[in-house]
Amino acid sequence: MVALVLVLLILPTMGYTVQRFPPPDFDSGHTLPRTVIPEPRALIYEYLDVMVLLIALSLASYLALKSRSRRGIFLLGIFSLAYFGFWRKGCVCYIGSLQNITLALFDHSYTVPLVIIAFFSLPLIFTLFFGRTFCAAVCPLGAIQDVVVLRPIRVPSWLEHALGLFAYIYLGLAVLFAATGSAFIICQYDPFVSFFRRSGSLDMLILGGGFLLVGLFVGRPYCRYLCPYGALLNLVSRASKWHVTITPKECIQCRLCEESCAFGAIQEPTPEAKTTEQDENKRRFTYLLLLLPVFMLFGGWLGTRVSDPLSRMHPTVRLAEQIWSEDTGDTQDSTDASDAFRSTGRSKYELYDEALQIKNQFAWGSGLLGAFVGLVICLKLIFLAISRRRSDYEVNRGTCISCARCFAYCPVEHERLKERGKDTIPVPGRI
Amino acid sequence: MNSKDTTHVTRRDFIKNGVRGGCLLGLGGLVGFLTNRSQADDTVWQINPYECVACGKCATHCVLDISAVKCTHAFAMCGYCKLCTGYFEQQPNALTSGAENQLCPTGAILRTFVEDPYYEYTIDESLCVGCAKCVKGCKAFGNGSLFLQVHHDRCVDCNECSIAVACPSNAFHRVPSSHPYMLKGTDLMG
Repeated sequence: MVALVLVLLILPTMGYTVQRFPPPDFDSGHTLPRTVIPEPRALIYEYLDVMVLLIALSLASYLALKSRSRRGIFLLGIFSLAYFGFWRKGCVCYIGSLQNITLALFDHSYTVPLVIIAFFSLPLIFTLFFGRTFCAAVCPLGAIQDVVVLRPIRVPSWLEHALGLFAYIYLGLAVLFAATGSAFIICQYDPFVSFFRRSGSLDMLILGGGFLLVGLFVGRPYCRYLCPYGALLNLVSRASKWHVTITPKECIQCRLCEESCAFGAIQEPTPEAKTTEQDENKRRFTYLLLLLPVFMLFGGWLGTRVSDPLSRMHPTVRLAEQIWSEDTGDTQDSTDASDAFRSTGRSKYELYDEALQIKNQFAWGSGLLGAFVGLVICLKLIFLAISRRRSDYEVNRGTCISCARCFAYCPVEHERLKERGKDTIPVPGRI
Repeated sequence: MNSKDTTHVTRRDFIKNGVRGGCLLGLGGLVGFLTNRSQADDTVWQINPYECVACGKCATHCVLDISAVKCTHAFAMCGYCKLCTGYFEQQPNALTSGAENQLCPTGAILRTFVEDPYYEYTIDESLCVGCAKCVKGCKAFGNGSLFLQVHHDRCVDCNECSIAVACPSNAFHRVPSSHPYMLKGTDLMG
């Protein structure tokens, strides 16, 4: 009886395990070995990473805006690729950190480490002041694509604008899946992380290799058309206090820089617009502005249509559907997950409730996502309808990543270097 | 530049300054809000051994070629059995360390005699691949003193652990890096 009470007392503390065989008392005085548990990387190194990031960001901004040195930017990029990429194995990256931030906002049980907050916010703050110097030389994903740019072709303007929208859709999806606690898709489909770790699944190696191959001819395809953090930086960079300019002084309209940008971020001067054209643009602008709610409503409606398949990204929804189809006899085979669930003895109705709640969240979330995509597409069209007058060749502050390639094409820059007594004038090779 | 252009530039600059100020405020607010609920510690991944079902996915789904998940032994829980069901195949030919008798595919468990009838089982981490065969055996018929843990000398601490994505029982958790293990026989978070 006493033993039974003891067992009942001990059992809960032991979890589900049963001490079938009591540990022996050794007569020989044998001492138990210690369980091997290697310590993780010390916290101080995590803070060191933040310091390195801060220094790299400052240096990149200085090199791009002040000393205007492509060589410096390139070398810093190589360093970042080596440190944040190959040494730190690409995790946690700035791009992925936006999912941790989203999860922390929506899931109150998740406490986000300070280091991740720093990784998320520092590049944004620097971009607010100096433009996307972060993309130029600090991001390892950018750097690995930057070094393979061989012979970039000029992507037609309509295609560039259209492909650029995917980054916003990807951003919206990533936020939706992170907010519902379903998955971190940015991490799962990070094309280069398997190179950084020098191990990974074949699919991801092929994907990464594909991006690098395309990157030979289309400069930085991931940054321009997919990177969700780049989409944020693009928006933020438009309001940046300072930004790189092609020419250090005044543009002399020599057109030499016209084809120098590997990423299609140089805008040509606009010809004097005819009044009829301006009127046409104004009309388009007004129509599009009025159509904005229609775009958002239609997008929202489309979003709610796909909420069911989207919700299957959540493991609980998948498990609930599996249990359901097993119990209704739709499937005979059980999965590891359903077996594991049944062995816990939890009520399946509890699981169904939970899954329904998540599906409900997805109904709202994908509606919002759809409305967001509608908004982005309509805003894109609105911006295209605005005819902004430019008298010089200028960088597009949103898409320019401050790589400093175009400087060497500018004769005014060569003058400036001569004045400074630098006789080595950088001669541009093939971009 | 005529006067009209100057006012145009000023207006755009004004808007830009406003947007920048708004962005800074928003970002500051977000960071402040999150910092309130953040922790100075980093997080690492760990397996709750009481939730683990020993499915074997740890050996195959880690991003590393050889998984960062290793078998771990809580010696205080072990029964020091002569016929260890975590060590031996079911119905072994003989209770010897012959490969045909062993459950472990890589021979990572060392069986040493202590005193009659007790044997001690230690894990050679360099050989263990985290397949959980021994864990399953020990849990089924023994004390469950063998269990899987993410070993942090190997783990690269992915933002989203790819084994956690594949884990059928959601046994993977983010734990603070100051308490990186969930060991059996102790307070789990301790």
